[in-house]
Formats: sequence, C-alpha cells, structure tokens
Amino acid sequence: AVSQVTVRDALNQALDEELERDERVFLLGEEVAQYDGAYKISRGLWKKYGDKRVIDTPISEMGFAGIAVGAAMAGLRPVCEFMTFNFSMQAIDQVINSAAKSCYMSAGSISVPIVFRGPNGASAGVAAQHSQCFAAWYGHCPGLKVVSPWSSEDAKGLLKASIRDDNPVVMLESELLYGVPFEMSEQAQSKEFVIPIGKAKIERPGTHVTLVAHSRPVGHCIEAAAVLSKEGVECEVINLRTIRPMDIEAVEASVVKTNHLVTVEGGWPQFGVGAEICARIMEGPAFNYLDAPAVRVTGADVPMPYAKILEDNSIPQVKDIVFAVKKALNI
Amino acid sequence: TKEELIDLYTKMTTMRRMEQAADALYKQKMIRGFCHLAIGQEAVSVGMEAAIDGDDRVITSYRCHTFAVLRGGTIKGVIAELMGRVDGMSFGKGGSMHIFTPSFFGGNGIVGAQVPVGAGISLAQKYLKQKSCTFALYGDGASNQGQVFEAYNMAKLWNLPCVFVCENNKYGMGTSAERSSQNTAFFTRGDQIPGLQVNAMDILAVKRACQWAKEWTTSGKGPLVMEMVTYRYGGHSMSDPGTTYRTRDEVQQMRAQHDAIAGLKKYITEWGVADEAQLKAIDKAAKEEVDVAVEEAKKSPFPDLKEFWTDIY
Repeated sequence: AVSQVTVRDALNQALDEELERDERVFLLGEEVAQYDGAYKISRGLWKKYGDKRVIDTPISEMGFAGIAVGAAMAGLRPVCEFMTFNFSMQAIDQVINSAAKSCYMSAGSISVPIVFRGPNGASAGVAAQHSQCFAAWYGHCPGLKVVSPWSSEDAKGLLKASIRDDNPVVMLESELLYGVPFEMSEQAQSKEFVIPIGKAKIERPGTHVTLVAHSRPVGHCIEAAAVLSKEGVECEVINLRTIRPMDIEAVEASVVKTNHLVTVEGGWPQFGVGAEICARIMEGPAFNYLDAPAVRVTGADVPMPYAKILEDNSIPQVKDIVFAVKKALNI
Repeated sequence: TKEELIDLYTKMTTMRRMEQAADALYKQKMIRGFCHLAIGQEAVSVGMEAAIDGDDRVITSYRCHTFAVLRGGTIKGVIAELMGRVDGMSFGKGGSMHIFTPSFFGGNGIVGAQVPVGAGISLAQKYLKQKSCTFALYGDGASNQGQVFEAYNMAKLWNLPCVFVCENNKYGMGTSAERSSQNTAFFTRGDQIPGLQVNAMDILAVKRACQWAKEWTTSGKGPLVMEMVTYRYGGHSMSDPGTTYRTRDEVQQMRAQHDAIAGLKKYITEWGVADEAQLKAIDKAAKEEVDVAVEEAKKSPFPDLKEFWTDIY
C-alpha cells in the first residue's frame, strides 16, 4: 500500500536494510549512535546493531574520514556521516585524494566502496558557515559519484544504491527535507528498492520549458510549474537525482522538445551545477533546439546571511523560478 | 638464523641498488615528477618485512618504493611504474607515489593522510576478527599533522591493532626535526599510547621491535607508537640535493659510522656467518638483478591512450 513517509524515515529504512543485508556495512560519524543521529537519521540503529556497526566518533572529521577510507580499502563498506557537509571541508583531502582518486591511481587494484553522507546546503537561520552547498565542489572531481536526492523515494533508493556501489559516493541530503513526507509506493518501500545512480527523473512532463533542479529546489520547481500552468505555460520539471555522473541526455531530450531551459539550484552561481548544465547543452545536439539563452536560478552570490528577510532572498524562491521562466520565454 | 641474516643483507643491498638505479634513471630524464628515495633507510622496510606476514598491512608516504617490492611487488614493476610504463605496478597511471600491493596500501602523496587511513585498515582487521595488525608509517615532518593526533586518539579509544611508525630521518624536506617539532621524542607523542624508540640503522633492532609491536597489537593491547631513528643520505627527493640544510660532514659521518648495511655486514662477518667474498658476491648479484629489471622495464611500452578512461566508472 502507498504510504506517506518522511525523507528521514526513508533514509533510516535504507540504512537499516543495508546494515542488515551486508555485514561489512557500518555507520560512523558524530552522534550517530547513542544520540540517534544529530538529525535522527540513524534513530534506533545503534540499539539494534550495537557498537560494532554504528560508531560514535570524536569531533575529528579529517581523522574519521581517513579511517573510514582505510576501512573501505581493507574490505569494509563504511557509511561516513558528516554532521553537515560544511564540516566535510576539514576532511575534503581524504574524500578527494584518498578516496576518489585511488582506483585510477592504482589502475584498479584499490577500491574504496565508501559513502559520505549528510545534510548539504541551506538550512534555516544557521548563517554563513553552516549553509554552504558542496554540489559543485564534489561534482567537479573525477572518481567520485555525487547524488542529491529530493523525495523520500530518491533518498531511500539512492542511499541503497550508493552503499552497494563500489565507488566512493558523496550523498548530499537536505536538512530542510528531512521532515517532509512524500508518497512512497509499495515497491519503493521494499527492501530491494534501488534507484540507479546517474539517471534523472522527469517529475512533471511539460512542453514549453525545461526546468532542471536537484534536491529541495525540485519542489520549488513543481510549485512554480503549478503557478505557471494557470497562465498556460507547461513546465517540464527534471529532478537530476545525480550530480555526477550527470544525466545530461535527459536534459538534452527535454530541451529538444521544449526549446527553453532554466536551471535551478541552491548553490552559488559561479562555477556551479547550472553553469555545467548550460556548458554541456551548448556542446551537444540540444543547442540547436534552444530558442533563447538558458537561464540559471541560483543561490545569491553572498555568504548566507542570518536575518530571515535576507536569508529568504538568498535561495531560489518560487517567484524567482517563475520570473526566470518568463524571462526565458520572453513573456 | 644464518640464512635469515644473509637474506636480510641481500634484501637491503638489492633495495639500495634499486633506489640508486632510480636516481640514475631520473637524471637521464626517464623518470619524471617526484621521486623520493630511501637510500640509507633500508633497514626499516627490510627489517619490518622480516617481522610480519602477508596478513599484516603496511601503509606509508611517498618514500615507498622499497615497501612496494618487499610487500609482494617486483623491482621491474616499481621501476616501470616510475618510468610510466604499462608494466608498472599501477600500469603507469600512478607514478612514484602511488604503488600498491594487496597487503600494501601505498604510496600516498599527501603528507600525513596515510595515518588515519592506516588506522582505518586496522579497524577493518579488528572488525573482521583477523589476527593481524597494520603498520602506518609517516615521517618526522608528518608527525605534526593534526590528523595524526586524530588517528592516535581514535585508535586508542577503540583499541585498534595499529602500529604508528614515525620514520624519523631527522629532516622534513629542508627543515630539521628541531625546527619543526617542539617535542622531538616522536615516540612520546602518542600521549596515552605506549611508545618505543628504535635504532633503525640496526636491522636486527628493527626486526625485533616490529615483532614485538605485532605481538602487542594483535593481542588486544591496542595501538603503539614506534619511532624508527634513521637517516637518508639523499635529499628529500630528486629535486633536493640535500646539502643546503645539513653539512656534508654529517652525511659522511652517518654513512661511515651508522650505515645499516655496513652494520649488518659487520655482524655477519664477526659472527662467522659469511665472509667478505660471499658478501661481495651478493652485492654483485644484487646489482645484476636490478640491472636486468631496469632493462626489462625500459622495454615496456607507455600506456595506450584508451587507458585514459579506464579505472573510472
């Protein structure tokens, strides 16, 4: 039967199922065990699986990320949680140089089946040092897979896929989505439900413009599409699901159909996900089908301010997406 | 045993020859980029290998060529890798700093990063209930990296079978240990982790210490810190002559009075295990072995362009 399941519960289910399925899978991070997780994603898991499988670490990101990488190289399948991806900056050398590059540098003799996961990007009122989006940073690096779920189905399916993937995977969640319920089909609730990494999903078909987003902005795009529909503009909303390897073919196929492109992301504009999509569209067959330049909707190019009125204006809102669509369509 | 002593001598001599061959190849521009040689430090890798087995794990920094051979690699494989050839142990895609074997995790370029990774390998050993340990090596320079202390803390907290080995060759690139470290007794820097200092110019001391360390860590007593006091005759790497921050006298004195190979030779001859002539024969054989490996490595081709896109999903 179809159920309403929050993203948090979907992630929890995924972790529980994968811990049960494979003895080599274990979770480590700050407060993941006895505290049930800073954001309660790992609720109940320590009680069920114990100290060996769910490990509380000291506040030592670089150290425990490195330890997790070593464990992965030596045959285990760690899930390394960063309380937020802002803190992953302290450990980023381990993610990139020890994890991402090892398979290539060793010509395949070393494999690092690790998942780095945690909340990414904007939250609510946590200010500049706790609100950065790392999609572009990690998406830049060969050897790394980067996923960014929106719905509960995305969260569960992608986390399971990431854990089962033999490559290092960075999973960028959203704290603001953790408590949001989404419909989950019976199939999505099953233990074998896995979403392929590297495949985007069309959340809403449309004909006039292609909206591409990842994570929370996907929801804003759907809302914007509803607003625009009343004005006779039908948006096709694409949920990227994976940042790297990006499913640019899905975007191309859509642009060929709609002739207009608007990208939406929470991260900063320069050198970002939207910039990458635009560049690739220009380089590919879809360019000739564009009737207007692509438009990017991004987070404001400032460190995230604290005051609510400033913060609200720092991330894409529905009105910004509507404005961008109208700009692209010249209406 | 006599055979063991001869074997230790043979291995150290061969490893030194290999590193010297790499030096020559670099000067002929057949090796590019970074090349960090362990000439003078042979007792550490050879002595450690004699004390441990194939289930134990070793990880170190970029001064890794000798470890790569001893842990199941080949001289030809290492030399070919340095020259970027297809017969290299990483098929030419890694280079000097990224050479691996099933029991050796490199070969790591970022100073200190290998230490938490090593602790992680020991975590896996404990998790999988293996009766083995991991030797995570780093230098006197790397010992000041914050992540080393993070690794110490977690290894001790979780009782991991990790031997943290500080290869103290007195210099971190051009900076002497006294100029980089407020506390140069590197074996004490593990705080609550017991530490041992070893004269690593004496291979028998190295072997004994590593045996003891393996015993300690695999019997559930948790991690250990071991400082191997050694010396490199060459510079930090091939780009460093090694003479601007230390005197030639110092280098010559170390070679004359503390050389590990000469030291073992002294034991061997004094104890009547073998005579000068036999040892000279070993020296000659070592040179030949390395020369042959170098010639074979030279014949190996560069990787095909299609290898560009392999080993990446």
